[in-house]
Amino acid sequence: MAATGVAPQHNSVSNLFESLSYGPAPEADNVAKAWLEDHQRDFGHFIDGKWYKPAGERKKYTTKSPATGEELTATIQGNEEDVETAVSAARQAFKSWSTLAPHVRARHLYSIARHVQKHQRLISVIEAIDNGKPIRETRDADIPLVVRHFYHHAGWAQLMETEMRGWKPVGVVAAIVPWNFPLMLLTWKVCPALAMGNTVVLKPATYTRLSALLFAEICAEAGLPPGVFNVVTGNGAFGGQLAGHPDVDKVAFTGSTEVGQVLRRSTAGSGKKISLELGGKSPVVVFDTADLDSTVEGVVDAIWFNQGQVCSAGSRLLVQESVIDKLVSKLKERMSHLRLGDSLDKAIDMAAIVDESQKRSIDEYVQSARQEGAEVHQANISIPCRGCFYPPTLITGVQTVSRVVVEEIFGPVLVVLPFRTAKEAISLANNTQYGLGGSVWTENISLAMEVALNIKAGAIWINSHNVFDAAAGFGGYKQSGYGRDGGKEGLYEYVRPSWEERARPSDVENFNVKTFGNTLPPRPSVTDNSPAATETDTPSIDRTYKLYYGGAQKRPDGQYSRPIRNPDGKVVGLVGESNRKDVRNAVEAAHKAAPGWGKRAAHNRAQIVYYMAENLEVRRDEIAGRITSMCGKSIDDSRLEVDQAIQRLFYWGAYCDKYGGTVQETTLYGATVKIHESVGVIGIACPDDFPLLGFVSLFAPAVIRGNAVIVVPSEKYPLVALDFYQVFDTSDLPGGVVNILTGDRDHLVKYLSEHQDVQAMWYFGTAEGSKFVEHASAENLKRTWVNYGVKRNWSDVEQGQGEEFLYQSVQVKNIWIPMGDIFAN
Amino acid sequence: MAARNPGVEYDESWIQNIYINLPAVKRRAETLGTRRTVKKQWQAAWLLRAVTCIDLTTLAGDDTPSNVERLCYKAKHPIRGDLVKALDIKDKDITTGAVCVYPSRVADCVKALKACNGTNIPIASVATGFPTGQTPLKTRLDEIKQAVSSGAREIDIVINRTYALTGDWKGVYNEVRLMREACGEAHLKTILATGELGSMVNVYKASMVCMMAGADFIKTSTGKEGVNAILPVGLVMVRAIREYHHRTAHKVGFKPAGGIRSAKDACTWLSMMKEELGDEWTKPNLFRIGASSLLGDIERQIFHYVTGRYAAAHELPMA
Repeated sequence: MAATGVAPQHNSVSNLFESLSYGPAPEADNVAKAWLEDHQRDFGHFIDGKWYKPAGERKKYTTKSPATGEELTATIQGNEEDVETAVSAARQAFKSWSTLAPHVRARHLYSIARHVQKHQRLISVIEAIDNGKPIRETRDADIPLVVRHFYHHAGWAQLMETEMRGWKPVGVVAAIVPWNFPLMLLTWKVCPALAMGNTVVLKPATYTRLSALLFAEICAEAGLPPGVFNVVTGNGAFGGQLAGHPDVDKVAFTGSTEVGQVLRRSTAGSGKKISLELGGKSPVVVFDTADLDSTVEGVVDAIWFNQGQVCSAGSRLLVQESVIDKLVSKLKERMSHLRLGDSLDKAIDMAAIVDESQKRSIDEYVQSARQEGAEVHQANISIPCRGCFYPPTLITGVQTVSRVVVEEIFGPVLVVLPFRTAKEAISLANNTQYGLGGSVWTENISLAMEVALNIKAGAIWINSHNVFDAAAGFGGYKQSGYGRDGGKEGLYEYVRPSWEERARPSDVENFNVKTFGNTLPPRPSVTDNSPAATETDTPSIDRTYKLYYGGAQKRPDGQYSRPIRNPDGKVVGLVGESNRKDVRNAVEAAHKAAPGWGKRAAHNRAQIVYYMAENLEVRRDEIAGRITSMCGKSIDDSRLEVDQAIQRLFYWGAYCDKYGGTVQETTLYGATVKIHESVGVIGIACPDDFPLLGFVSLFAPAVIRGNAVIVVPSEKYPLVALDFYQVFDTSDLPGGVVNILTGDRDHLVKYLSEHQDVQAMWYFGTAEGSKFVEHASAENLKRTWVNYGVKRNWSDVEQGQGEEFLYQSVQVKNIWIPMGDIFAN
Repeated sequence: MAARNPGVEYDESWIQNIYINLPAVKRRAETLGTRRTVKKQWQAAWLLRAVTCIDLTTLAGDDTPSNVERLCYKAKHPIRGDLVKALDIKDKDITTGAVCVYPSRVADCVKALKACNGTNIPIASVATGFPTGQTPLKTRLDEIKQAVSSGAREIDIVINRTYALTGDWKGVYNEVRLMREACGEAHLKTILATGELGSMVNVYKASMVCMMAGADFIKTSTGKEGVNAILPVGLVMVRAIREYHHRTAHKVGFKPAGGIRSAKDACTWLSMMKEELGDEWTKPNLFRIGASSLLGDIERQIFHYVTGRYAAAHELPMA
């Protein structure tokens, strides 16, 4: 180090002694630069355990350091051939990787964790210069979380046979990750994928490719077998090609809601699994019982962490009216102390925005707020003259209608809205298309828990924000997507039931989703009539089957009826022909019922389901007879189906109070509580085989976990499902929890799938219908569960009541509850 | 010196509805040192500033005129002369913020500081039954008066933890008021003994009550409690200072004491003052660090800055 005296006069020790100003505190980048030089600043893909530069001509993309504008290195823009090369390498590797002993896979993951730690500083520097984020964050947050994830998932690899019994790997995973946490989010996909025996082809974001490439090299150094983890680089369309490759079995995506929707549509009907972790507009809810000074720091973590480029950024500050002025003034004061600077400066709070285009987009939002007359406050702090920077921004004087309140800005911009009561706070918190995260600030634990449970989002932090750990899943509700990254809940995204082979529907490519579900109601038929036989000449009393929603039998809106025929073609009854208005009404009824149903004590829900079983048994022979007359099964088979349905009700009744969640073993001092919340309102289209058992097998798990359902029973054989509404009525099931609509299945599925307030759609029908459901679901990103036209044996316990039914019936919310008040005596 | 804090009438509402979330406070405390760092000449300058904020302290049963004298000389010459010269800061006349001793040693300090030409260095004396405060009020007040009359310009009193823990905040206020009067012109530092207050809410209340009663400084600890100066406590206290300033426009100083031993710690505390309260609170009139061994570590760092080599302990004059 140079001795004193050489410094410029204004930076002399003497002057600095008076000013006590901060100076530059740069992290050295010499090792990172040397690594780039090792590769002649020209990177290819990393496929099959080695660097891969395709023979043919490829476009190049030059990565830059957003903080300085400096060009770092050339990378390759892959094309379809490269996708083919990478996917076939992964496919080849899957054969051996998936059959390795879990313990061996665990050793590999453990080795990766070790090797990442060995190169921790190099990775931190590369990530900071490539993304623009502060070295403090890559050093203290991103990379430690990467390491933690690998250790945690080495454990899951080891425990797969015991903890994930009944599940098997999916195959080749296409992982597409964004630029905001390039390596960390990569890890969130790669860890569970590899732990569960899958192989991966990863496409990093265009702006931030380097850490993924470095990581691939480190995996090879750690001894990971070739082809298990591959990195290919390219543009967005290239990502689409990767996801679309027929040999990809699962698409794992983190990124924007728009791209998530595109991927959902493009993979619809293909039999691929998909998980989407998308945008957010997460609320920070502050009550007058909060520690306001700490809340201010929480806001710094919420919206100025990573320049606000965080999916779960706390971008909507909702403050109780009585303390809003105080909090805003504290925030403004705090903002004046934030420091912006170079990514490698160790004494800054915020560094660069990833790219000029992102900065422009942020600024457009802020300008729009100004034009709306909002008060935009940007602290008067120094901003580096070169590089891509945006100041921390606080916007007040906005309301729910403001664009900056509604849309995700993905930058360091916070909007502030007041609320009056906790109830209103919850309404405002949920008044968004998103549901990724949220935080609650109060010292009142009763209030904190109630608000946490009522915010519809996947992660809720009490008196903190943006806390992550490998042991707790992260992911969204609503249009923030589905699937979880991390925790046991995250493993399910990378496995399928052991009995099930991936469906590969071949003939849905040209199927037109636009015309699906068009219908023309049926007309009367006399020739096929088969009146119920009686012992006398007196006809039996006509039985009118109606629709059932809101706890009452309803005539169909269209006032048309559908004849139901037995296998001989004879009409055995007429059912209502539902249309879109019946769907609308049923969904409304379901939403009315759902909150109360979800809040009921689990014990009470169990009692009702057992009561259904009891009432079904009373009518065992009658209903078995109906199955026989309706679908021609032998009476013994029909009785067996009824008995199995009774058993299944018991099975799910038993689960009413045994699947509420667990306490996660995260690094938090306190409790991280995983809650299996209900999904909401679920549309269910039942299979034609097992008209009773299929119906019961599907509605029961949904209902016991607190969902409300709209069931379309078997289109061919709906009568037994309609018998069930009397069972519901006599079993004290509250109206609206189960709703039954009969008619043209495709037609009803169309309107259920397109309904914006249906949270999930389960479909057991044709390959085409499956494609339609997945395609239509993209609009509001409802969860889907479809069979791609492949039948399952509903009488088999694995196929008819496996763990996947529970997985589909809940969504995971993790509530982070830090604890501690004791610090001394 | 800045205008003193005259205090205000006791107002119970200022210590009602106080919410402190310890996990969140700890998180801020943990990241204070990771969000800010100073290097090279900035680091040297910050360390020198820290020196000027040190209350160089000896509070031991075996204190005698000789070690007290050594302490005073070190306070006058905290950094080795050749290093001062190399840094070109001779004109700053850098001394520690004060020396801090027991009342019976104040006279020794007066003598020693006179001898080393250090009469500009204030003498701080602990008082009021330090460290526990478990003596009669009259005795405690007399102790203050005696220390002041011996030549102490600053008095570090301990608050009545019995009152604090039983919720008699008015009682704490009244005592501190009387102590302030007993100090006269001497500045009053109130030691909260935070390690004995049980909760951060009590730390906040004690801070606010002492400021209302006219404390010039609020101080964390005696150094004798199980938990002394830790950043979470510091945060709660400086936030109380900020709130008091907003309410009254009076500026009250802060003194963490006990357990601050490394140069890096000193920079982190300075940085906390700068971030939470602003530059004004980074100077000795509003910021002190009660410490004994800290100075040695700072001097070592300065040695390294100047020479590029790590010093052996024997190369630096002991305090």
